[in-house]
Amino acid sequence: MIRSTLLLAATGLLLSACVQPPLRGTGDLGVVVERATGSVQIIESDTRTALARLEGLGDLSHASVVFSRDQRYAYVFGRDGGLSKIDLLTQRIDQRVIQGGNSIGGAISQDGKLIAVSNYVPGGVKVFDAETLQLVANIPATPLADGSKRSRVVGLVDAPGQRFVFSLFDTGEIWTADFSQGNTPQISRFTEIGQQPYDALVTPDGRYYMAGLFGEDGMAQLDLWHPERGVQRVLGDYGRGQAKLPVYKMPHLEGWAVADHQAFVPAVGRHQVLVMDSRTWQQSAAIPVAGQPVFVTSRPDGRQLWVNFAYPDNDRVQVIDTETHAVVADLRPGPAVLHMEFTARGDQLWLSLRDGDQVQVWDPYSLKQLSTLPATAPSGIFFSSRAQKMGY
Amino acid sequence: MTVYRHAAILAALLLICATSVAAPDAKRQAQLEHLLAQDCGACHGLHMTGGLGPDLTRATLAGKSRDNLIATVSQGRPGTAMPGWAPLLSQDDIRWLVDLLLQGYPAP
Repeated sequence: MIRSTLLLAATGLLLSACVQPPLRGTGDLGVVVERATGSVQIIESDTRTALARLEGLGDLSHASVVFSRDQRYAYVFGRDGGLSKIDLLTQRIDQRVIQGGNSIGGAISQDGKLIAVSNYVPGGVKVFDAETLQLVANIPATPLADGSKRSRVVGLVDAPGQRFVFSLFDTGEIWTADFSQGNTPQISRFTEIGQQPYDALVTPDGRYYMAGLFGEDGMAQLDLWHPERGVQRVLGDYGRGQAKLPVYKMPHLEGWAVADHQAFVPAVGRHQVLVMDSRTWQQSAAIPVAGQPVFVTSRPDGRQLWVNFAYPDNDRVQVIDTETHAVVADLRPGPAVLHMEFTARGDQLWLSLRDGDQVQVWDPYSLKQLSTLPATAPSGIFFSSRAQKMGY
Repeated sequence: MTVYRHAAILAALLLICATSVAAPDAKRQAQLEHLLAQDCGACHGLHMTGGLGPDLTRATLAGKSRDNLIATVSQGRPGTAMPGWAPLLSQDDIRWLVDLLLQGYPAP
């Protein structure tokens, strides 16, 4: 009797050992958004392979992703207000809530315990417990003059000191929400910061929050070391200029490239990448490029920038030398390049071809394509190394 | 009499030709539909339910003037992020897109 029990226990142990997948980490994994099918692929950069596809994530047009600090979970923000927590290790949807009607992006707090989502409808920010996705705080934006709705919220980032910072598109404001004293945030409102802030970023050191303005020229800058100084207008020439050129896709400020005291940003409407002195925030140069730039993404070593473009030049990517400002490569990866993502140490660049239904991996030093992976209308590519970067 | 009849038939044929030349062909229609979902959809939503731009569902557009919609797509809307598409699309393309939206896109 005892012997058979022991035998059973031993068999059980052996069986469970057999089904136990080999141990692995998640630091080399990432997520590719398939925007039209509401699915994501979990990818591994070292082997340049897809490990799994997860479906049922809703409308993923303009979806973005942040990661838990242990790099195990990916939080996917969908256009339809869906917030999904994906377990990269077990390749499953761990939690999913519909938190709004129309959303644009999100952020994770400095301590990793809070997830904030910026919404167009209802206009405002909602903050959730990162583990359970239970609502922690609701921050409605300023109502519009006619009272019909609230301002849409864009450019939400995390900032040091357990803060979130975001911009109100319709009412021209920047707000900070400080969660350092608990789950009831202290809100600071900066009004009349400029017309139609459309996207924003925080500098890699977490000090400056910069919002690009669509309704007028310039950028609105908040020094998070000195919020008492208020929002300053910088880069007076940044914008569409007098001619108000049509803009076929809003530039994105993520991937803010700072190298050698120079900051590089996509111009609005103009076929240029603008260069600023990051000590004085004055424009120092304008680099002519092939079209209206969307992303200006710096190779992690800062030596080169990869730039993609709005329709109808979205089949091209140009590579710029940050030292000489020369365009050193003019690549044609294929139709509709939507996003580019470097591995943390910059040995690979991944880019998505929405209309080519594939993701390509490039060697950003030899400028050679290494491999391609099939994907259905891929858009954003996000590596879990983002977990350790402020503003991501 | 026969001359008149022939002339009438000819005129009718010409009219048909004119319309068929004006409407984008099947290949172009597929490109335009793709543009609508993907590029217009970047602001108006993949399903035209709105985003940075207003929603463009059939119900929202009901009762709106076709000519005004064509003008908006062609010239953009000053003070908003809506660009004029006339530099990139022909008037026939734009008319076809507006009609598609008025009929309801994506098709229910």
